[in-house]
This record gives sequence, structure tokens and C-alpha cells, in this order.
Amino acid sequence: MNFELTDNQKMVRNMVRDFAENEIEPVADELDEEREYPHEILDKMSDLGLLGIMIPEEYDGAGMDTVSFAIVIEEISRKCAATGVITEVHNSLVASPIMHYGTEEQKEKYLPMLASGEKIGAFGGTEPDAGTNLGAMQTTAEKDGDKYIINGQKTFITSGSEAGLFLVFAVTDKSKGRNGISAFIVNSDTDGFEVGDVFDKMGIHANKVSELFFEDMEVPEENLLGKEGEGYKIALSALDHGRIGIGAQAVGIAQAAIDESIKYSQQREQFGKSISNFQGIQFKLADMETKTEAARLLVYNAADAADRGERFTKEASMAKLFASEVANEAADEGIQIHGGYGYIEEYKVEQLFRDAKITEIYEGTSEAQKMVIARSLLS
Amino acid sequence: MNIAVCAKEVVDVSEIKIDEKTNKPILEGISKEVNDIEKSAVEEAIKIKEEYGGEITILTVGSVDNMENMKELLAMGADEAVIISPPEESDYTVVSELLAGAVEEIGDIDLVLCGEASIDLFSGQVGPRIAELLNVPQITYAENLDVEEEKIVGERDVGGNKIMTVESPYPVVVTVTKEINDPRLPSLQEILGAANKPINEWGPKEFMDHEIEPTTEMKDIRGVSMERKNIIFDEDELEDSVKNLAENIAKEGLLEG
Repeated sequence: MNFELTDNQKMVRNMVRDFAENEIEPVADELDEEREYPHEILDKMSDLGLLGIMIPEEYDGAGMDTVSFAIVIEEISRKCAATGVITEVHNSLVASPIMHYGTEEQKEKYLPMLASGEKIGAFGGTEPDAGTNLGAMQTTAEKDGDKYIINGQKTFITSGSEAGLFLVFAVTDKSKGRNGISAFIVNSDTDGFEVGDVFDKMGIHANKVSELFFEDMEVPEENLLGKEGEGYKIALSALDHGRIGIGAQAVGIAQAAIDESIKYSQQREQFGKSISNFQGIQFKLADMETKTEAARLLVYNAADAADRGERFTKEASMAKLFASEVANEAADEGIQIHGGYGYIEEYKVEQLFRDAKITEIYEGTSEAQKMVIARSLLS
Repeated sequence: MNIAVCAKEVVDVSEIKIDEKTNKPILEGISKEVNDIEKSAVEEAIKIKEEYGGEITILTVGSVDNMENMKELLAMGADEAVIISPPEESDYTVVSELLAGAVEEIGDIDLVLCGEASIDLFSGQVGPRIAELLNVPQITYAENLDVEEEKIVGERDVGGNKIMTVESPYPVVVTVTKEINDPRLPSLQEILGAANKPINEWGPKEFMDHEIEPTTEMKDIRGVSMERKNIIFDEDELEDSVKNLAENIAKEGLLEG
């Protein structure tokens, strides 16, 4: 057993850390405050290959492994969790399914445009009445000659108002239940595609999360991803990868809470010395560090299993479940260490606290992760 | 244009703490990196290569703890790296001789680029010594370089808002300051590509025709201790406190100049 990252993975970490410190950190507060989508950051990220992390080199990607993907998402999220999730969805929920289920023509057409950042990818799964129960979706796709006519709506879509390429899931055969769901690659400029409300959220402000509406939206049959009826399987497989990404995002948030808490506790003086001298603070820091490292190892474990070609559904769910809880705990303790100042918007921990919560919800709630984990134990 | 860049792995000086009891720097457990000054030298080499072609060889003397630091320079755009193991006893003389010897061994080098100094000991000696040993011109502390086919023109900040412009034919040794550029970050593709670039390890006997002995000995490294006086001027009247403070600062000779 080897717990050391490879040279390449260390170089990826150094590079992304450097990038995040120099290019993301200086603008992260403003993006959060203005609720501004990080277009410029994404442009710069595409130059560094960060929008095609796992896309094979023949489709203009970097062809890196899943551990590297997790490292990238952690380091970006450490400075801006919203940019972290945008990158995560683009790479793991959109590029990965096209890599794994796409025809050669689809890969050649879509993967280079995702890798170059020409189009940002988004995942159209959730509906107003189909969240954890994705199989209950009501959006329909009716075959009409050589095309499908899609009608329905989606909600809570990351990058919804900004992305150019969507994976849209719709029911092609209601009688088959989950096996009647199919996946489609949809350009945002397709007639009948409309962006609805962009939500005002508690956190990850720089991520534009919106509704989508489809009205008689015509999608050519060559845009069907995988076979008819494979949509549910594709969605679950994409979410397995995605959960590694959200786990990594959560680790990044937790690490940021540690970074901020160390800095503050060494500067803040009470009773004649810096508060880092008090055991009450030291114990909090020790707990935060230990749990964050444990979460990181669970994320790496799931990513490594994916790279070894093993089944990693349970591992990804455990990583996501644990890391998201650790992120919330670390942000909470981070505020406690900061005292009153931690409750003020000027201090980063206030943002981390708001950003952390969603990691327990999206791409499968904590409860859904527990269902997945328990199912793997009992089946 | 073939370029050799001297760059080495050093401790991250921002992490160094001084042991309060011994006054010595605590070096254990500190991460190592190639410092930005030397990355700037590599960046400058890459920019020159992009315009004129040629090969870039990274030269480093001493052990490399983290091979990813060398590979990062290759990922940025250098073509190969040579890690030279020094004899047991080493100093600036030994390091400079080894680097100059390696440049001669490679042969056909037009330009040797170094940082103005390495961030750890900051002697600034190695570049000029290499030039002397190779018997070629040198331009030190260059903060701008203009490379032409037949000559290189360097600008040096000599203080007082004055810039000295120096030109030299090739071959030449140039040391650069951090201000010369912002080193690029390698892309993921370049990181993967670096795995195929050679990193060679040379022992001194493989290319030096004579024994090299250090001429100096490092006796000790100590931190500079700074103690605060912690004087608080807290007179009844604020004006008196300020006056007192100003007088004391003046007494310390800090208001001159």
C-alpha cells in the first residue's frame, strides 16, 4: 500500500494551488459578493487543461487520472467553492459520461469543445418533483422520425444560465419506469431551450444555478447518449464520479476553514497572548485537521478505486457523505474560533459556512449516500 | 540557441522558523521547491527558445529530494535536466566548478542563465564564478533581456531610478532578477509530457578532469534575533505621548536620512 501521490499528482497539486492562490483568491470575495459567474477564471483554467482533466489526449484533454481530478477540485474549492463545483460538474457529470457512453462521432464533436472551454457543461437531471427520486422525472422525449421532441423542465442546474452544453435526461418510454429514461446531449442554442429563474442561494454565489424549460425542443437522434433507456444508468454512473468531486470540494472547504482558523488564532490576542496558545482552540484545530485528512483519504480512496477500474459506488458515497459533514463541521468550528468576527461577512469563514451546507445536499443528499452505502452492505 | 539554466531545489524560506534556544533555523520538515528567481531564469530561457529554437538543459548541483520539482521545470518547457552529485565537502567554489564543467561537457551552449542568487543562502556568487571559469562575459542582475541573433542586451537596475544597459556576444552568462518575468504554470498536458523528458544524474568524476576542493567552510548558520522593546508611551495628554514617541525614535537614529 502506498499513500504517496505520484510525481505527476504532486505537480498537479502544486500547479493548481499556485493558480488558485494567484488567480482565484484575489477575486473570490468579489465573485461571491456580486454573485458573478467566474468566466475569466474558467478561460484561464482551460489554458491549463483544467476543463478537460480526464478527457483523453486524442480529444484535446489532459488524460489525467481521477486522483488528479480530485486534487484539482480540492485546490480550486479551497479558494472558491463555487468555481470548484462548476469545474466538477463540467468534468465529471458532462465530459465523463460522453467519454464513457458517447459514440466516436459524439466524442470527436463534443469532448474538444468541453476541454477547450468553448462550451461549459451542465447536467440536467433534477426536476421540481424528482430530486433524490430521479426516476420520477416527468420531462419527456418523444421520437419523431430522426429526432426527439423534448418537453418538460429541470431545476437547480449548476451553470444553468451560463453553460453551452447540457446533458438532459428525459423519459422516452414511461411504461419502463427507470429503464425508460434516456440521456441527450443538448446545445443551449437549441430552439425550445429556455433558461428560467436563476436562484438566489445561501452560498456558492458565483455558481449560477437555474431552472431550465424545454418546449417542443427538437434534438437530433444522433444526440442520444448511449442507448434509449440507458439514461438512468448513465446518470448514476456520472454521479458516482461526481461524488468524488463533491467530496473533494468539501475537503477544499474544510481545508480553507483550517487555513483561516490557523491564521486568525495566531493573530488574535486575548488575555495577553494569541488565542492559539489556548488548549480550547488547539483542540478544535486538531479535530478539524484530523477529520479533514480522513475525508481527503476517503476521497483519494474512491478516486484510486476508479482509476484501478474497480467498482467505487460505495467508496464515492462514503467519501461524499463524510467529507461534506466534515466541511460543515470545520466551517462551524472555524466561525467559533473567530468568535464574533467569524459572523461578519468580511471574514472568509462566514462564506465557508454558507458554502459548506450545499455539499450535504447536491449530487445526492447525505441520506441518499447512506441509502447507497447500506444497500451495498445488505444486497 | 542552446541554453543551460542553473536551478536548484531549496527549502521554502517562508516556512523557516528559528529555534528560540539555539538561534538556529529549524530546517526539518520544511517543504522544498525551486524558487521563483530560478523559475524566472527558466521562463526566460523558454521565451528565448520559443523565438530562436534550441535546447534547454537544467543543471542542478546537489541531491533532489522531490523529483517533481525538477520535473516541473521540464513541464514548463525545458528539454532535459542534469542532476550533479557534489563531493562530500562542497562550497561555492565546488558548485561553480561543477556547473561550469557541466556546461563544457554538454558543449555548444550559447547562454547560461542563473537566478541572481538562490533564495536560501543568497550569495549571488555562482553566476559570476561560472562566467569566470568559462572565461566568457557576464551580465548580472538583468531585469530585462533583449535577445538578438548575434548579441544579448540586458538591463540592470543600478538603483536611484537608473538602468544600466549592457550587451554581450555569445556565449555569455546572465543572472536574472525575479522582476524579469512571471514564470508560467505548466498545463496538465505539459505535466504529463514531462514524464518523457530525460533527467540524467552525473557524478563529478564522469566529466571533471580534476579534483575540486572547497576553499571555504561553513561554520554555523544562525537566525538574526530581533527583540522588541515594548515601550508604551501613555501620557495623560495624547500630544505628550506622540512627542515622547518621536523623541525616542529620533534618539534611536531612525529619523535620519
